[in-house]
Amino acid sequence: MPRSTTTVAPQPAIGSVTLLIGTRKGAFILRGDRARRTWKLSHPQFLGQIVHHLVLDPRDRRTMLMAARTGHLGPTVFRSPDQGKTWKEAKTTPAFPKAPEGEKGRVVDHVFWLTPGHPSEPNVWYAGTSPQGLFRSDDGGATWEPFSYINDDPQYREWMGTVQDGTPDGPKLHSIIVDPRDPAHLYFAMSGGGVHESVDRGKTWTTLVQGMDVVEGFDAANIAVHDPHCVRLCPSNPDRLYQQNHCGIYRLDRPSNQWVRIGKNMPERIGDVGFPMVLHPRDPDTAWVFPMDGTGVWPRVSPGGKPAVYKTRNAGQTWARLSKDFPKAQAWWTVKRQAMTADAHEPVGLYFGTTSGELWGSRTGGASWTCIARHLPEIYSVEAAEL
Amino acid sequence: MTVHIPSPLRSYTAQHAEVDVTGSTLEEILAALDQRYPGFRFRIITEQDTIRQHIRIFVKEEQAQDLAVALRPDDQVYIICALSGG
Repeated sequence: MPRSTTTVAPQPAIGSVTLLIGTRKGAFILRGDRARRTWKLSHPQFLGQIVHHLVLDPRDRRTMLMAARTGHLGPTVFRSPDQGKTWKEAKTTPAFPKAPEGEKGRVVDHVFWLTPGHPSEPNVWYAGTSPQGLFRSDDGGATWEPFSYINDDPQYREWMGTVQDGTPDGPKLHSIIVDPRDPAHLYFAMSGGGVHESVDRGKTWTTLVQGMDVVEGFDAANIAVHDPHCVRLCPSNPDRLYQQNHCGIYRLDRPSNQWVRIGKNMPERIGDVGFPMVLHPRDPDTAWVFPMDGTGVWPRVSPGGKPAVYKTRNAGQTWARLSKDFPKAQAWWTVKRQAMTADAHEPVGLYFGTTSGELWGSRTGGASWTCIARHLPEIYSVEAAEL
Repeated sequence: MTVHIPSPLRSYTAQHAEVDVTGSTLEEILAALDQRYPGFRFRIITEQDTIRQHIRIFVKEEQAQDLAVALRPDDQVYIICALSGG
């Protein structure tokens, strides 16, 4: 582990917020005013392409990368140098090595996750794919290569499992995290396949699953059955991580390797299952989740058809329900793991998109909510950016 | 020979529905297409050199199973997006 230090919390943002929205049928950009009261939706970009992730590079606040494919065409990455005005396709995209003759090689179905590299490495990006693969670009997303050894390592391949072992639309490598203090300190997670950490720029990795529960009847000692849905690192304290898992909500305070199931403190009737995990930009004790029904056949919709965000202000010791302005009944929302985010304003703005195409926002840290866009295609990802 | 391009791929070919290229195998004409239209090949052929699940390629009205299919200069090649449900 790197030496434990806490970074200084950044000052609150004051500029206008732009939301970058990836959907099953293209990308949208939703521009807000400085007060975050009025929003203007762009025309769709790459209409018909399945956009899993659309991310602004925070290091130059101009470059955007988009992970896309279509129902028929294979996966690719598009790059914009000018905040989404123009786009150019990557010269080479994340792809597994060609298998030797007579062996069956893996095929990238889609690029699922994009993470900008460390500020000291301005052209570095990481990508996670389905089926699980870890890739890196050293030239701002123009070309991509497999990163580290895990894509072909027998032990990792066993943990990744087969296509049948992942989420219904394919197993995914996600939550690629770069420690803001150290570009060699990395995390990633796999659904399924656990959480992993490297302190040497990916030369070696160690598993980080202690304390994480698994589905009843499975052996928690088997890394393959661990299903982290979303892992986030606190911007204001990089020694703290939060995780929304298939089996609960967790916090990890390094150098400990023991995840603590803070979701046990959620109301029992709500449970602690969901996909996204959202952290406060300046307060490491504050986080938000969007619980979904994980009982029975795993409906993955708001429990009881009554949507609510839950917030903790004490690192998961207690949770408060935030549902003002949401429908009070018959609203069966699903929010995917990349489809909920926070801005850096004060109070913090929260945003999430539903699979039914509604985009909800809060200027008050979740105390009140407004539907700021509707009738969109199925929303896969939402990122808040200050352009 | 003439390669017929389906509409999802015409953003690569400046909206041309037919493109003339030369090559003696399917692999060679796909390489030529990718050189002229960078990125074209990977959208329809995987990194394992297999035709993607929802793409079909027909040569002389026969569906190609791999990229080794031999071609003659007067052959017509059709790249088709499969009608795979919707």
